[in-house]
Amino acid sequence: MTALPSKKLEAWRYTDLAPLSEISFGAVPVAVAPVLPESDLPRLVFLNGVFSEVLSSRLDFAGAFDAVADASAQPLARINAEQARDGVTLTIPDGIDAGTVLLISHASGDAPFAFHLRHRVALGQGASLTIVDIAKGDGVYWHNPVTDITLAAGAKLNHYRLQDESREAFSLATIRAHIEAGAAYEHFTATIGARLSRTEIHASLAGEQATAHLNAAQMLTGEQHGDFTTVIAHKAPNCPSRQTVKSVLSGLSRGVFQGRIEVDRIAQKTDGYQMSQALLLSPHAEMDIKPELRIYADDVKCSHGATIGALDEDQVFYLRSRGIPEAEARSILVRAFLDDALAPVQQEEAKALFEAAIENWWVSQ
Amino acid sequence: MLEIKNLHARIGEKEILKGINLTVPDGEIHAIMGPNGAGKSTLSYVLSGRDGYEVTEGEVIYDGQDILALAPEDRAAAGLFLAFQYPVELPGVGNANFMRTAVNAVRRKRGEAELDAVAFLKLARAAVKNLSMKEDFLKRNVNVGFSGGEKKRNEMLQMALLQPGLAILDETDSGLDIDALKIVAEGVNALRSEKFSALVITHYQRLLDYIVPDMVHVLSGGRIVRSGPASLALELEAHGYAGLEAA
Repeated sequence: MTALPSKKLEAWRYTDLAPLSEISFGAVPVAVAPVLPESDLPRLVFLNGVFSEVLSSRLDFAGAFDAVADASAQPLARINAEQARDGVTLTIPDGIDAGTVLLISHASGDAPFAFHLRHRVALGQGASLTIVDIAKGDGVYWHNPVTDITLAAGAKLNHYRLQDESREAFSLATIRAHIEAGAAYEHFTATIGARLSRTEIHASLAGEQATAHLNAAQMLTGEQHGDFTTVIAHKAPNCPSRQTVKSVLSGLSRGVFQGRIEVDRIAQKTDGYQMSQALLLSPHAEMDIKPELRIYADDVKCSHGATIGALDEDQVFYLRSRGIPEAEARSILVRAFLDDALAPVQQEEAKALFEAAIENWWVSQ
Repeated sequence: MLEIKNLHARIGEKEILKGINLTVPDGEIHAIMGPNGAGKSTLSYVLSGRDGYEVTEGEVIYDGQDILALAPEDRAAAGLFLAFQYPVELPGVGNANFMRTAVNAVRRKRGEAELDAVAFLKLARAAVKNLSMKEDFLKRNVNVGFSGGEKKRNEMLQMALLQPGLAILDETDSGLDIDALKIVAEGVNALRSEKFSALVITHYQRLLDYIVPDMVHVLSGGRIVRSGPASLALELEAHGYAGLEAA
């Protein structure tokens, strides 16, 4: 197996996989049937990394897993290519609006195990799809999914992820999106679970007016470590990209945001913007932010911003003076803080799912 | 009825309030005036329960209950309302949701049934109309991007919805903005009744042209140094506070 990346690599400076390398992962256990979210939406369900025909809907556009070798520079994607046994391929023909599909992973077992799902999503010209990707589980496991996305001209993919894995789990997701002219990739990840997690997104804007919005809300507590790493490559002129990353950190938790914007020589009139804001609810929480701009064109607009702070006590007092109990006042302000990152999620069920997850996180604090 | 008895308070080591005695009977509006640094803002914050102010002596009784022992939210439920001099902006918090949460929190504490979204909106829309506000007020984020006057109107809207028994209006420095003063005055005058009393804290007499108080108290050096009828405010306007500080 390809070696895990070490902290010596610049891309892994803030996320140390040593705790992962110390665990020996055994055979994937037989899955127990989980409690799935109540919903009428079509669903594709994976239990311990294996597709469940029984629990999944039949979808015309869903195809079986197909194995590939991966010469990628990303070590985790290479490991995935070596180990992947299952996954789904979603192919939406030109001009079709395929609605919303739930992509669910549930994992549980008594002894540590690992699984490496491999998904492919291909949208034809002008096609659209919303994926609500939910990952949950119990116990110690390593979930190492790769999702490869290609969006043909004018296609639109909403990709909403709820990473609510077991608090003992490792979750390392790689997402690679190739976005052609006029196509839009809208991404939101809520990072709530896992002992150690990373979402790494590589988005390539390959045609004019291609857009990428990569948003995240990280809500961490205890000794959790959450990393949101993005690379947006502007390879064509006139492409906007936006990133809004909000982190709420309590206990001894640590959040990371690494955001790189690369602007090719030909990518004139690029409009790239990223903002990372962290709310530290404890004096022992830590946030590491590394923005990187690599610009080789001369007529571009690229900027980034970062703030780290505590809840504003004047705001807390204002709410309390109106009769709102302190805990509720703080909860309202935390939810408000996350608002900008969550705003693009418009699909009703997805929105309700994230609202409930945020509420639940806060209550379990 | 509000009774402040021998109230002493400090910030850190610095004593700001040095024994305030004051009674505001139900149905009355009292004004507190005084020079800069007299302790006017401190008094409003101590009454509403803000952190950072330590009460070292005395008590504040409202409707027979010592409110100094209560958290700010419990004071609100008991019927106190602080109109902020500089209302706080809450980005990401919708005005209607905020007010409904507040009204229901207070109703819960008072043992009353909560209002559902429809019932609340009906109430809020009526209050918005009464205060000559635009209806989009309810849809905006709390105070975000509001003009000074709009922020004041929003305070008065909250006051109208929460129906307090006692309003504390901190207008310490805002005496020069006539429009804002008129808005605050309309809000207070609309609530005037035998059950409602108010403490209006101001540096300038001008606010009292619009809210005629039953009594005026002069706060200086952390104590009430003079009390009198509304005409006392005019006297202060004419002669200033200079003569009083020695008293």
